[in-house]
Amino acid sequence: MEALLALVIGVLCGAGVWLVLRPRTFQVIMGLTLLSYAVNLFIFSTGSILIDRPPILRPGAPEDLEHYTDPLPQSLVLTAIVIGFATTALFLVVLLAARGLSGTDHVDGSREES
Amino acid sequence: MILLVLLLPLFGAALTALLPTRARTMLAGCAGLVASVAAGCVLSLFPRVRDGGTIRETISWVPSLGLELVLRMDGLGWMFAAVITVVGALVCLYARYYMSPEDPVARFFAFFLAFMGAMLGVVCSGNLVQLVVFWELTSIVSFLLIGYWHHQKDAQRGALMALTVTGAGGLALLAGVVVLGQIVGSYDLDTVLGAGERIRAHRLYPVALVLILVGALSKSAQFPFHFWLPRAMAAPTPVSAYLHSATMVKAGVFLLARLWPVLSGTDLWFWLVSGSGGTTLLLGAYVAMFQHDLKRVLAYSTISHLGLITLLFGLNSQLAAVAAVFHIMNHATFKASLFMAAGVVDHETGTRDIRRLNGLMRFMPLTAMLALVASAAMAGVPLLNGFLSKEMFFAETMFLSSNGWLNLALPLLATLASTFAVVYSLRFGYDIFFGPPSTDLPRAPEEAPRWMLVPIGLLVLGCVIVGVAPERAIGAPLAAAARPVVGGLLPEYSLAVWHGFTPPLVMSFVAISAGVLSYLWLRKRQERGLFQDAPLLGWLNGRRLFERVLIWVTLGARRLLRLVGTRRLQTQLFTIVGLSVLAALLAARGVALVWGERERLPASPAFALLWVIGAVCAVGAALMAKFHRLVAITLVGGAGLVTCVTFLWFSAPDLALTQIVVEVITTTLFLLGLRWLPMRIQEIRDRVTLRDRARRARDLLLAVGAGGGLAALSYALLTRPAPYSISPFFLSRALPGGGGANVVNIMLVDFRAFDTIGEITVLCAVALTVYALLRRFRPPAESVGLPKQQRVLPPDVVTDLAKPRTADDAARGYLMVPAVLTRLILPVSLVVAVHFFLRGHNQPGGGFVAGLVVAIGMLMQYIASGAAWVEGRTRIRPVRWLAFGLLCAALTGLGSVAFGYPFLTSHTAHFALPLVGEVHLPSASFFDLGVFAVVVGATLLILTALAHQSIRVHHHPGRTAPPSQRRRTG
Repeated sequence: MEALLALVIGVLCGAGVWLVLRPRTFQVIMGLTLLSYAVNLFIFSTGSILIDRPPILRPGAPEDLEHYTDPLPQSLVLTAIVIGFATTALFLVVLLAARGLSGTDHVDGSREES
Repeated sequence: MILLVLLLPLFGAALTALLPTRARTMLAGCAGLVASVAAGCVLSLFPRVRDGGTIRETISWVPSLGLELVLRMDGLGWMFAAVITVVGALVCLYARYYMSPEDPVARFFAFFLAFMGAMLGVVCSGNLVQLVVFWELTSIVSFLLIGYWHHQKDAQRGALMALTVTGAGGLALLAGVVVLGQIVGSYDLDTVLGAGERIRAHRLYPVALVLILVGALSKSAQFPFHFWLPRAMAAPTPVSAYLHSATMVKAGVFLLARLWPVLSGTDLWFWLVSGSGGTTLLLGAYVAMFQHDLKRVLAYSTISHLGLITLLFGLNSQLAAVAAVFHIMNHATFKASLFMAAGVVDHETGTRDIRRLNGLMRFMPLTAMLALVASAAMAGVPLLNGFLSKEMFFAETMFLSSNGWLNLALPLLATLASTFAVVYSLRFGYDIFFGPPSTDLPRAPEEAPRWMLVPIGLLVLGCVIVGVAPERAIGAPLAAAARPVVGGLLPEYSLAVWHGFTPPLVMSFVAISAGVLSYLWLRKRQERGLFQDAPLLGWLNGRRLFERVLIWVTLGARRLLRLVGTRRLQTQLFTIVGLSVLAALLAARGVALVWGERERLPASPAFALLWVIGAVCAVGAALMAKFHRLVAITLVGGAGLVTCVTFLWFSAPDLALTQIVVEVITTTLFLLGLRWLPMRIQEIRDRVTLRDRARRARDLLLAVGAGGGLAALSYALLTRPAPYSISPFFLSRALPGGGGANVVNIMLVDFRAFDTIGEITVLCAVALTVYALLRRFRPPAESVGLPKQQRVLPPDVVTDLAKPRTADDAARGYLMVPAVLTRLILPVSLVVAVHFFLRGHNQPGGGFVAGLVVAIGMLMQYIASGAAWVEGRTRIRPVRWLAFGLLCAALTGLGSVAFGYPFLTSHTAHFALPLVGEVHLPSASFFDLGVFAVVVGATLLILTALAHQSIRVHHHPGRTAPPSQRRRTG
């Protein structure tokens, strides 16, 4: 299971990096979205991954990391998801404005291709 | 008390900046009052520093880091503070009459007082780093003051040069102070002053010394950094009278005096300091003789006198140091009055050219008298203060026991420089006030206003009193000021006009008579047009050198930028990602890639299948994003959903909930943006060159490298034992401290609520930015019309919908059925949101999720029924939601402050309600309410702003002009 999770983090990250390096703004924004999935999963996985032990207190269970997953990375990732949404929105609007001003969707605002 | 002295001018600066900008009298009165009060405070402190006492005030700022404001005043600091405040008050009075009614004087007085504050900060600092901070502040404010008449080209240039030289010197000083701090182990001035032996013996002593000297010498316009001072004469004369005689340029010699007990006493110190000082003394005096501008004569003479002071400090003799301190005071008095007199002449005649000014004695006798006395003091005529310190200087050069040629060279140098000083003093004083009156002046000269002469008169009076009765007038302050410089014990010296017939007296006599003769000789030649410029020194043009260096630096920087910089985003991103991978690899150097021993979770085929789909989605999106945007959005959404299931799988229900609602919103956002992106350009695909292929291969390599690296890192992390975590604290404190069972939610709204406040502030900022950006948004021309698919209605379509393509709102047209359904769902989604919100404290949910659910409910109405329909029926004011949310969160936090707890402490109220039963109401719920409102507001603001673009375009069909015209109107 761990190997699988690590693998998918790698795949998401690779796809994201590839897209971020592309010349079209739309590709870059898609790449950033994929990258943020990868990073969120990575941060999330730095806590222990456990099945069926959500960090919601149950009466009687000792309050340690054996009986609950680590809530700290979770709260970090929760913040990251919302902030990620905000930056994506901002980037999308900047993208549209740049497209309106420069007449192209190339990341540098000129038509040189690759 | 020192703090008051320091803060007074700074607050005064803020106050004068707010007063009416041309109210000269009020502003000068305000500034003068501030300076006078500060001067009074300083003078009243004298008894406490008189006998070697030190006043120390400490205001702690971050005690845990040892950061504090240390104010320290000893005799030396007191003397400087007194000069700064007293001369400052006099200059305020002078400036009232000097500045013209058209000048925006509020700016002048604000800068002036700010400079006074910064300068006081320098001389009253008890910490070296703090001293450097104020030091740089004086550089910056002096830049503003020199460039006060910023429409004049030479003011701009002079200000820039002064800032460049002194600012760069300040950086060197900072480096030197850091080295010094490393040697001593403390930046505290008292500690540093007590560690002289250790510092001089340390192997880093030369480094610290050179760096500190670069700072001090550049500030005091010493060779080879002297060239900025004459350029700075473009400043208004009150500025020159203050900065370039009494204060700013004295900061350098102040530093030499301050660190004299620590740094002096070595050969290196002697050669560097006295070498620079001696060169400057001679050079400045020599060049000053050939200047024609009154202020430039004074500027070069200031350079020369500062050279004298520097030379004295460099001689490594205690008596010389006392003489230097004495000369600092004397020079400040006569030079400030001379600058003011030059300003009066300029003010009344309209020119400062010595060649045009003649016989002014007849028109302005008072000014003439004062200027003559002051220039006699500058020349070192007996019975004036300049004579006394100059004689001390002569005595030092005579009696300095050193090796060989220096014994002869120093007295010669002193006499020669003194002769030059007599010449330029005569040129300043005699040339312009005597002789046949000039007739071609720009303005008819007359006596200046009486109050303009008062400050000059007071300063000149000071010169005379000190010159006649030195011991009674200045003995005690001088002793107090010199004592800390020489390290506590004053050497034997006598302040008297008459010491008998001594070698220094002979030297004075020789210098004065030689000076008068040279002056007469030079004047004859200058009248015939000879010696208009300083001979022999044509090649030594500091300004040209400075400008050449600046050009080299600029060109070099530009070339370097072209070489290593890029404006192409792709190259930048490649570098960033590449360097990150490289840094990670370097960090992993020497660490074997082994997997840990943590117990593995058994693999699950369902999970594997899930991520086969996820990986296909991710890779597919990477491939499709170029030409098939809709497919790419769908695939990215798929990857997001799989991520969401993963969160759920590994016991993170809160994350899964948030992820899925954010996913919906993000996808909608992308779909809205899709409309404004350009069509595919067919011909591009046809010319894929080899270079493109190489770049893609390179990018692919990097992508695989980054992905593989992150995978390996994450696997290594996942298989090792989890590190010690602070999480058990949150788990155990959630219920007693936060009053809830959902630890993640408790952390967001309670333990880490400060972080969440920051986060919702960012959300607000982003939403408002998006809104503002879109207000000025002009879509590209080809995207403005209806999409191709909507434009035609094939004639063979048989439909029962009313006006399928052309309906005003979509809800009556082709989306009638979905519109009805979404309207039915709206109340349901509101109830779901309330449910999530209420249970958030104990079960998965919370403000974030609830807010997003409400936003989605509203959004669905927009999509299915159209913006016009929705906004015709209800008014959502997202900005108000934002404001309410932020206020609610902040007030909840402040509420705990009102009860005496730290910001954002939460409290849970327990009470019973009829029918409902016992209720726990944590204060964090109100915080969560704020979060909820901000999320609703931000999401709706962003999405509706984007959605409105389509409506705006349809409402303004005239906006479809070509891009160039559009930009002008927009």
